[in-house]
Amino acid sequence: MKKKLGLIVNPIAGMGGRVGLKGSDGQEIVKRARELGAKPESPRRAVDALRNITRIKDNVELITCPYEMGEDEAKECGFNPTVIGSITRGRTTSHDTENAAKEMLRLKVDLLLFAGGDGTARDIYNVIGDKIPALGIPAGVKIHSAVYATSPRNAGDLAARYLEGESPDIRLREAEVMDIDEQAFRENRLTARLYGYLKVPYERGMIQDAKAGSMLGEEASMDAIAYDIVNNMPDDYLYIIGPGTTTRAIMGKLGLQNTLLGVDAVYKGELVGSDLNESQLLKMIAGKKVKIVVSVIGRQGYVFGRGNQQISAKVIKKVGKENIIVIATKNKILSLKGSPLLVDTDDGEVNEMLTGYIQVVSGLGERFVLKVVS
Amino acid sequence: MKGEVNLRRYQAPVWSEPLIMEMGHKGERGILIPETEEEVQAAVGGAESYIPAEMRRKELPKLPELSQPQIVRHYEHLAQETLGMEENIDLGEGTCTMKYSSKVNEMLARTPQMTEIHPYQDEDTMQGILEIMYKFDLICREISGMDQFTFQPAAGSHATYTNACLVGAYHAARGELAQRDEIITTIFSHPCNAATANAAGFKVITLMPDENGYPDFEALKTVCSQHTAGLMITNPEDTGIYNPRIREYVATVHDVGGLCFYDQANANGILGITRAREAGFDACHFNLHKTFSSPHGSSGPGGGAYGVREELAKFLPTPVVTFDGKKYHLDYDRPDSIGKVSEFLGNVGVVLRAYSWVMSMGAEGLLETAQVSVINNNYLVKLLLAIPGVVRYYAEGKLRLEQTRYSWEKLEKDTGCGTEDVRRRMMDFGLQAYFMSHYPWVVPEPFTPEPCETYSKEDCEYWAAVLRQISKEAYTNPEIVKTAPHNSTIHKVNLAPLDDPKRWAMTWRAYLKKRSK
Repeated sequence: MKKKLGLIVNPIAGMGGRVGLKGSDGQEIVKRARELGAKPESPRRAVDALRNITRIKDNVELITCPYEMGEDEAKECGFNPTVIGSITRGRTTSHDTENAAKEMLRLKVDLLLFAGGDGTARDIYNVIGDKIPALGIPAGVKIHSAVYATSPRNAGDLAARYLEGESPDIRLREAEVMDIDEQAFRENRLTARLYGYLKVPYERGMIQDAKAGSMLGEEASMDAIAYDIVNNMPDDYLYIIGPGTTTRAIMGKLGLQNTLLGVDAVYKGELVGSDLNESQLLKMIAGKKVKIVVSVIGRQGYVFGRGNQQISAKVIKKVGKENIIVIATKNKILSLKGSPLLVDTDDGEVNEMLTGYIQVVSGLGERFVLKVVS
Repeated sequence: MKGEVNLRRYQAPVWSEPLIMEMGHKGERGILIPETEEEVQAAVGGAESYIPAEMRRKELPKLPELSQPQIVRHYEHLAQETLGMEENIDLGEGTCTMKYSSKVNEMLARTPQMTEIHPYQDEDTMQGILEIMYKFDLICREISGMDQFTFQPAAGSHATYTNACLVGAYHAARGELAQRDEIITTIFSHPCNAATANAAGFKVITLMPDENGYPDFEALKTVCSQHTAGLMITNPEDTGIYNPRIREYVATVHDVGGLCFYDQANANGILGITRAREAGFDACHFNLHKTFSSPHGSSGPGGGAYGVREELAKFLPTPVVTFDGKKYHLDYDRPDSIGKVSEFLGNVGVVLRAYSWVMSMGAEGLLETAQVSVINNNYLVKLLLAIPGVVRYYAEGKLRLEQTRYSWEKLEKDTGCGTEDVRRRMMDFGLQAYFMSHYPWVVPEPFTPEPCETYSKEDCEYWAAVLRQISKEAYTNPEIVKTAPHNSTIHKVNLAPLDDPKRWAMTWRAYLKKRSK
């Protein structure tokens, strides 16, 4: 049976970048971008990705949207796609992306490949959640989400190899869908939040070199981190567990319900608070010995101030730097490519307190020393 | 490079050779062993009667049944399909030091004096090998500045594990082991430094490189404490960058009471130039199968020569070889020893080959080894950095020692052909696929050649010419690189089962079991 590959190209993604508009969300901005002479970026990038899939063309049913939202790109690469839905040529919006994603979900495509930026990833995530695997072709201005391949070509290659199915080396992991507030960004304020996780194929470890051995997969790495944290969890401390998949592994190890995008609290192995906000946290930690466990946001390196604003400067100040435990898999640490960890709380003094070096727990009995800057 | 290098045409033999377990027929034999004559049996009993009943197999082993010529053909085919050290310019295997081992070393290792001795013999009857081990210990002391060596570890990582155990024993003897549970290493040190320290029960703290490619010294200062058991570090690191401030790093760890171990698995760039002792280290090791020319690959046999300062010698594995002025002895009376780390004395054949190599080189020869290695490497740097798509990170403008970590990141961005594509394509030119990097990859799309003193200027030029050709292909016809190899024994292999417990099979029996499901 042929595998079904869904393709959604957000044709306007990336337009705001070349002309300095820091994003392309919203009709007005797209209009301004066009006036400034912006050319669509993502169709070309989608074609780059598709070219790497043509080798399995005969074994794949390509399902896509009309015209520039996929059909044109697919045909350019020699595919004979099944076209779904209808759009107005040259005037696509995020609703078109969402509608297409709904249809792809209904058709249960084996993989949904999409070209765009953070906004596109959000639209897709809103519809499909973790129900079907997806992979991003990087084409947008803002790429804070970890759901994108490192290049369009790599996206194509990875998609093809995932669909070929011969390689259990390629597995699925949950990758962050992040987005920043474009309006705020244009006013030189950077606020980003974690929207959720898409299931994304990734190449596990790259084991080809027998001499070098293999890297532990992401899941096993998180499991090792969770072991380390749980093994060293003193009973007299309240643990504040930040959001993310790495911290979720700790809750899994403790057998506790976890809020993926929120902050939970654990005391003596019991869940004592779920999805807590700042004031709840402040109330809860009063008069207690407390540790905070937070993970690093992939590729960006944020430890505080992105996706975990509930753990505010006030909370951090009360808990103290020595009681902060930062966790990250080696892959995540290396995805920073030597850049330091970042903190951006709303309190300059706390930011200052957090800068310097910190030991990041990367496995059972494993620490990396990383620099923190604000 | 002046003058064109003519790339050779290469085609590997293809035999589609089955596994030996799938070959032969029932009853086929290589040797027919005659029955024992009746008279003999009557006098001394059958051969079986010499094996205690409880040790006899109840069922015959399921061995393949083949004739001699079939077996010879089988292994000959496999040998032909192997692109080995003796067929190709094998300078691509950085950190491995693929050094040509003189045939005389091998001849010595195969003399009956070597092959016919057994470690259970009385030491009086193996004075020859004990003398070689003792004298090679003295040689290693001279090269490193350490005070005593053991050759029990069978590999480099085995030596680093021995070190981690010894560090534990040292702190335990001082009553500080419970407090000192952290070992510090660096991301570009050999990964076994971290892995073996962890396996020995220590927490491992890894330093990342600073902007110059050296381990972050400021970070080191922040993690040194009363919990520090030691430092395990490689220098030059995997990048080929030598850290000239290494003594300060060592002093910083000493100041808080930690021991410092120098991983010299690959000492080819520093032989006769720097020593572990002068850098302040307490212990070090050499891979005899790298720097000291003993052949390696295919997982053995190797030799990890591990040496320590006098005050740590009492912890070394048992036994050690001693000399009383007349005779050599095996000293087992070592109450503080960490015990045995392998059976008997270690891989003594490897020690013999290494001894033979050093004796044929002499002290000046060792120094020249390092000099030629460093010159070769820096010549290769010039050739490779001129190839489109090749870049190098860190320590801009600084010379590397015996190896260099490069990156095809630019090639990958420009053409979609990454380091794994290039290394598969190399095989079409009769070159062994190069070593990329230890994991994790810090440098993207990495490769790490090491043109040690074995290789001539022409060898370096030929090797670089192949990469230049592949780069050209990537920019003009990437498909040929992507789909390589084309002239090799086997095509692109799906290596995924290697780390899939459901599919990998280490034995024939496991293979049958997993295939039947």
